[in-house]
Amino acid sequence: MCTVCGCGTGEEAVHSHDGHAAPGYRPVAGGALHFGLGPAGAHVGGMSQDRLVQVERDILGKNNGYAERNRKLLAGHDVLALNLVSSPGSGKTTLLTHTIERMRDELPIAVIEGDQQTSFDADRIRATGAPAIQINTGKGCHLDAHMVGHALEQLPPLDHGLLLIENVGNLVCPAAFDLGEAHKVAILSVTEGEDKPLKYPDMFHAASLMLLNKIDLLPHVRFDVEQCIEYARRVNPAIEVILLSAQSGEGMEAWLDWIRRERQARAVRQRALRHVSGHSRTGDQAA
Amino acid sequence: MHEMSLVHGVLDILEDSARKQGFARVKTVWLEIGALAGVDPEAIRFCFDAVTRDTLADGAELDIIPVPGQAWCMQCCQAVTIAARTQPCPRCGGYRLQVTGGEEMRVRELQVEPI
Repeated sequence: MCTVCGCGTGEEAVHSHDGHAAPGYRPVAGGALHFGLGPAGAHVGGMSQDRLVQVERDILGKNNGYAERNRKLLAGHDVLALNLVSSPGSGKTTLLTHTIERMRDELPIAVIEGDQQTSFDADRIRATGAPAIQINTGKGCHLDAHMVGHALEQLPPLDHGLLLIENVGNLVCPAAFDLGEAHKVAILSVTEGEDKPLKYPDMFHAASLMLLNKIDLLPHVRFDVEQCIEYARRVNPAIEVILLSAQSGEGMEAWLDWIRRERQARAVRQRALRHVSGHSRTGDQAA
Repeated sequence: MHEMSLVHGVLDILEDSARKQGFARVKTVWLEIGALAGVDPEAIRFCFDAVTRDTLADGAELDIIPVPGQAWCMQCCQAVTIAARTQPCPRCGGYRLQVTGGEEMRVRELQVEPI
């Protein structure tokens, strides 16, 4: 069984160790040929003497390690973190500013903004009064957990609050990178076409919630809402969907309720965890 | 093009392994890439050559081992193989699928030259 992911039945693809083999022997004194002087210290027919090193390491392991650290830090401060992903121009920043305006009296909110260049978005967030850190990825096409960890160091304390991470506008790459968030939220605007979930399935698979934004424009565009939801559920049967317009305010309350529900569910989980760990500590003492 | 970041992740793993296991050069890298990992093996190959230039893996051969996509069909109560997330269950044609495998990206093994 694989020691990394626990899979037991993965197909063993055959790979050859031939074809690029260095000569498996070295001449030694006395005209003999020694087959055991290579790096492996042994000779196996068909194998070169170069050593084979079992690695079995996840390429995203480093990112996932940082993500776990962020997740622990956020849990320690009872912060709900959401990673907002979409294509450029879906209305993420407008959604964020309106979310902050409606919720800022309820709980502390901070924003991490990811863009290749400029601090335009962070400036728009700061204009609402909420703290915002801009990450410029330069040539990068996504935020990673390491960048977010550094951004967290810069943010003021956010106990019992909400952290909104606006990822780089890109429906492909951010899907692969866990930032330590509780959920990815995919935002799709009705000006983009209902087939996006099938064109970019990894993102809609990774998201827990799809926000269909700009529904005030539905009378003016050809966009089949039902078809879009059906496509999204093809790649993610469990995805939740909320229709809204950040601009007109329609549906915003459903989105805010979703955040409130997630915060409550989180608090219940945390209490249950503390309860369980309290019991196990008592058990340890008894033993 | 997050393949570039991923290949930097591969290089990190190679350099870390070289320190821990004491080798100087990498000659072959076996990489497992799942069908549902969301990466293009050709892009990985392209980035690998660029990223490993002038490193311990300069000129190394990259052998990508494809891992098939696995899912559990909630309709059929059966494990099935799918080639893409957008594919229906090959048995019932439904989309009630829970992906169970084929999302991995992993450095499996290296052929190395000692110091």
